[in-house]
Amino acid sequence: MQKMLMEGNEAVAESALRAGCTHYFGYPITPQTELSEYLAREMPKRKDCFFMQAESEIAAINMVLGASSAGARAMTSSSGPGISLKQEGISYIAACSLPCVIVNMERGGPGLGNIAPSQADYFQAVKGGGHGDYRLIVLAPNSVQELADLTVDAFDLADKYRNPVMILGDGLLGQMMESVEFKKSSKNDVSKKTWATRGAKGRKPNIINSLYLNPVELEQVNLKLQEKYREIEKNEKRCEFYEMEDAEYAIVAFGIMSRIAKSVVNEARQKGIKAGLIRPITLWPFPSKKIAGAAEKTKAFIVTELNAGQMVEDVRLAVNGKKPVHFIGRLGGMLLTPQQLMEKLEEVAK
Amino acid sequence: MEEKIISAGFGGQGVLLIGKILALAGLSDGKQVSWVPSYGPEMRGGTANCTVIISSSEISSPLAPMPDSIIIMNKPSLEAFEPLLRKGGLLVMNSSLIDVKPKRSDIKAFSVPANDIAEKDAGNVKAANMVMLGAYAALSDSVSMDSVKKALEGEMKGEKQKFLPVNMKALELGAAAAKKK
Repeated sequence: MQKMLMEGNEAVAESALRAGCTHYFGYPITPQTELSEYLAREMPKRKDCFFMQAESEIAAINMVLGASSAGARAMTSSSGPGISLKQEGISYIAACSLPCVIVNMERGGPGLGNIAPSQADYFQAVKGGGHGDYRLIVLAPNSVQELADLTVDAFDLADKYRNPVMILGDGLLGQMMESVEFKKSSKNDVSKKTWATRGAKGRKPNIINSLYLNPVELEQVNLKLQEKYREIEKNEKRCEFYEMEDAEYAIVAFGIMSRIAKSVVNEARQKGIKAGLIRPITLWPFPSKKIAGAAEKTKAFIVTELNAGQMVEDVRLAVNGKKPVHFIGRLGGMLLTPQQLMEKLEEVAK
Repeated sequence: MEEKIISAGFGGQGVLLIGKILALAGLSDGKQVSWVPSYGPEMRGGTANCTVIISSSEISSPLAPMPDSIIIMNKPSLEAFEPLLRKGGLLVMNSSLIDVKPKRSDIKAFSVPANDIAEKDAGNVKAANMVMLGAYAALSDSVSMDSVKKALEGEMKGEKQKFLPVNMKALELGAAAAKKK
């Protein structure tokens, strides 16, 4: 397979098709519109695919709920404000134990904010932006190639655990072009979805529901969900270590910030500062043990994010007071420069 | 080898296409490439730019706070990006629309009257971006001229194929103008 030059948003769209996604529902918003645009062009060419630009983000996520209930691999995508609108539906999908993929190419917030890249939706994605005790599997790619690869994984994980999966990118990752090779693909195995509502001929009807008025019953539903979440935590944590073998200072960053952090690690090494990079790829489940392990060897942590400090809370929980955890970030769609991160590292390493 | 390039000008001048063709050329040379557009709410007549990195190894940050080369198609972009260029870096500027000289003396500066060449010699002023790209490709070692031509051919397929001859000519004229110096 030849390497192609492709935008991040388009790579997610192409990869979704290769992962057997047949149903897409969305509503345009910068900086992810190219994703919908790609599927609006490609899906009608395929017999088994269905594309719809819904009347709103809320309608789109509820259409995902419907398509997933019937056993389809379904996806929606948006950015910040649109993802906020989807939260009610996401909570319902989680409660119903339905698989689906949700893409958030984050933009500057809060409010309508702007269309510049941001990572300020970490809490919303990881801690549950909707109501109730639920979890999303949250994947944080840092390149166009990884956007493509993780999109396939997202569909597989969603089906495996009957759980919504969020791909958390940002405006920069979505709109930049890099070389990409579509190595991975997957298929929807409807025959395994015995819970799906596909017509009850010859069997008892399946019911997909999130309303349990009896608290005794709802507690049982919750306990089952929690059991599933423990299973996901056991199996699915992903994390990249870069130059960590002898690192004295660990920079922790996800998504696009991890790219900037990597360039700073390289520069720091040339200056004689033993820096390394820890990059959580799954933001939930969070790779806490890996970070706790690193706390045994390093002198300090520097968390860097394009927000006011969100993942840093999970890093502090993992480090559990063993080592100092510093933070540097930029807000409102501004990018942290390698120079600013380098200065912070030099200050900590002094 | 790693070359960080910023291509900048007015929206509509085709500065993003310069970058895309450079990235495609780098890709066909077997290099790692990244292309990042300026992501503001841009409009025709507003400023636009993109950052391209061509590298023989993995690209960490796709941004270029200190580029190795800048391709500048209008005056506001010269003011914005000349100060960022690394010492000894390459500036290729469109002297048809820029009536000032670069301020710095620690850079390699090259002027090409891209709009004039495109209009008078190539036959369409809209191909000024390809004159600039041709000049850059001739002056820099980061991409081969053959790969740039191949990438341009790949971009101008189907409905766009009718624009290929004038763009190819503009590319060659830009390269010739650079080699003359």
